[in-house]
Amino acid sequence: MTKLWQVAKLIRSKNAGPFELTFDVIFKDRASYEKVRDAKTINALWFARTYRLSPEKVMVIEYDAANAIKVTIPRPVISGDIEDTDVFGGQQYGPLVDLEVPEQ
Amino acid sequence: MASEIRILSATGVLGSGFREETLKRAMALGPAFIGADSGSTDPGPYYLGSGENLFSDSACKRDLRLMLLAGRAAKIPVIVGSACTGGADAQLERLAGIAREIAREEKLSFKLATIASEQDKGYLKKKLRQGKITPLANAPAFDEAVIDRSAHIVGMCGTEPYIEALQNGADVILAGRSSDTSIFAALPVMRGFNPATVWHMAKILECGAACVVLRKYPDCMFATVTNDHFIVEPPNPEYRCDPVSVASHNLYENSTPYELVEPSGVLNTFSAKYEAVSDRAVRVSGSTFKPAARYTIKLEGVELAGYQSIIIGAVRDPIILRQLDTWLDGLVKASKDRIRAVFGTDVESQYRLDVRVFGKNAAMGPLEPETGIGHEVGLLFQLTAPSQALATSLMKSVGHMAVHYPVPEWSGLITSIAFPYSPPEIARGPSYRFNMNHVVEPASPLEMFRIGYKAVRG
Repeated sequence: MTKLWQVAKLIRSKNAGPFELTFDVIFKDRASYEKVRDAKTINALWFARTYRLSPEKVMVIEYDAANAIKVTIPRPVISGDIEDTDVFGGQQYGPLVDLEVPEQ
Repeated sequence: MASEIRILSATGVLGSGFREETLKRAMALGPAFIGADSGSTDPGPYYLGSGENLFSDSACKRDLRLMLLAGRAAKIPVIVGSACTGGADAQLERLAGIAREIAREEKLSFKLATIASEQDKGYLKKKLRQGKITPLANAPAFDEAVIDRSAHIVGMCGTEPYIEALQNGADVILAGRSSDTSIFAALPVMRGFNPATVWHMAKILECGAACVVLRKYPDCMFATVTNDHFIVEPPNPEYRCDPVSVASHNLYENSTPYELVEPSGVLNTFSAKYEAVSDRAVRVSGSTFKPAARYTIKLEGVELAGYQSIIIGAVRDPIILRQLDTWLDGLVKASKDRIRAVFGTDVESQYRLDVRVFGKNAAMGPLEPETGIGHEVGLLFQLTAPSQALATSLMKSVGHMAVHYPVPEWSGLITSIAFPYSPPEIARGPSYRFNMNHVVEPASPLEMFRIGYKAVRG
């Protein structure tokens, strides 16, 4: 079983402003990127389930110029508000790391 | 008009640093100005709320000193935006004070322009009534009460106030809140360069050396812009850019790599080409810029959420850990009962008590999919109230209740939490909340910003 971290050179999450959270997966090479991109492994339904929101709120963007897939969702809590756990949004990508991807 | 313009970004954020020798190398390449961003909403609402700076004054002064010395020696402008993290008026004045101190110490003289970004509440209410304030993605509810509750509200300026200051002969421009990219786009736009090339360059340069293949420490970045393309090349010989590292930077802190929304229009990078021109320089071309149908300024505002007292502790007893959730629920209930007994029922609506469990779900909270815990957990008790005195008083009751809260398996008095500190409760001070994600349509690009000039003589 291949995991996403094995084919990515960077998986990260970060605020895109205080009201949105964005995830970047930058792949090690073109072939791995295309395989995961074409299999739609990183998709709105998986994000909706994992981050508990409706799929229409998930924006998935394929970014060929950087062999990257970007996903942006509304922030679960506004950055720095009383219930927020992660002001920079930097540690919200954990569940993505071990996502199963097509065999390389 | 010259066929090219060279641009130096000193660092990604003023105070984070750059190498002095890199700045020297970059200055030898003949930049038209030196720019740096000094703020962000990224570290949270506290900075705009309190007027504090993410970096120390010493760290900002070190970076600004080298920039001012280089800028004055080469007789080129130095432009810094989003003063001292939040970009409110007090933060702009703080940065201007640092600049004046440097001028005195280094015997530098220059014409200083300051661009104030803090917004008048009456002006915003008028704009709201006129329907000239509209929400962006995922914006919270907004009305006059939100404006009234705000501790500070700033507008993110575009290039126009910078251009106004440059045309009035400013040598040094310090701005309150500003779009990061406008710091780097203003002078090239003023000189008439293709806005598509300019804005894309500005997006790449605004984070300093962030667009290199491996950024080991913060440093300067350099670009040469023509109407057709720009070339980005790190002035630090230890660094290199490649097409993927430069293209990747569009992903950073941005909801989409293809669009960058500015007050005056939208940069679209969908058709951009990233080509290596050497093993360390990249040529970027092909983006487009669509002028906006209406000119808009983004607002940032914060309000006080309350004052907080926190307690940090650890639990190691396997008996407690086996029943952690029920033990914590009981502990919170007992603490609230104790607070009611001491302070009366009126206090109940004035505070909230939250517990975060490190080792369980402290990073992701209720979204955490994993359910297991290890051989110990960390607890963070957080009490929020309208004053620090009340938050601290209530927390003292929580602390005593928590440290001795029992489990059925043990008889007698137990001490169930390891506190690393005496006293256990820590006053965290005010906590703020971002309370708007909206844009205003001003009558002109300068309407919301106040530009002041001062002859600084060192």
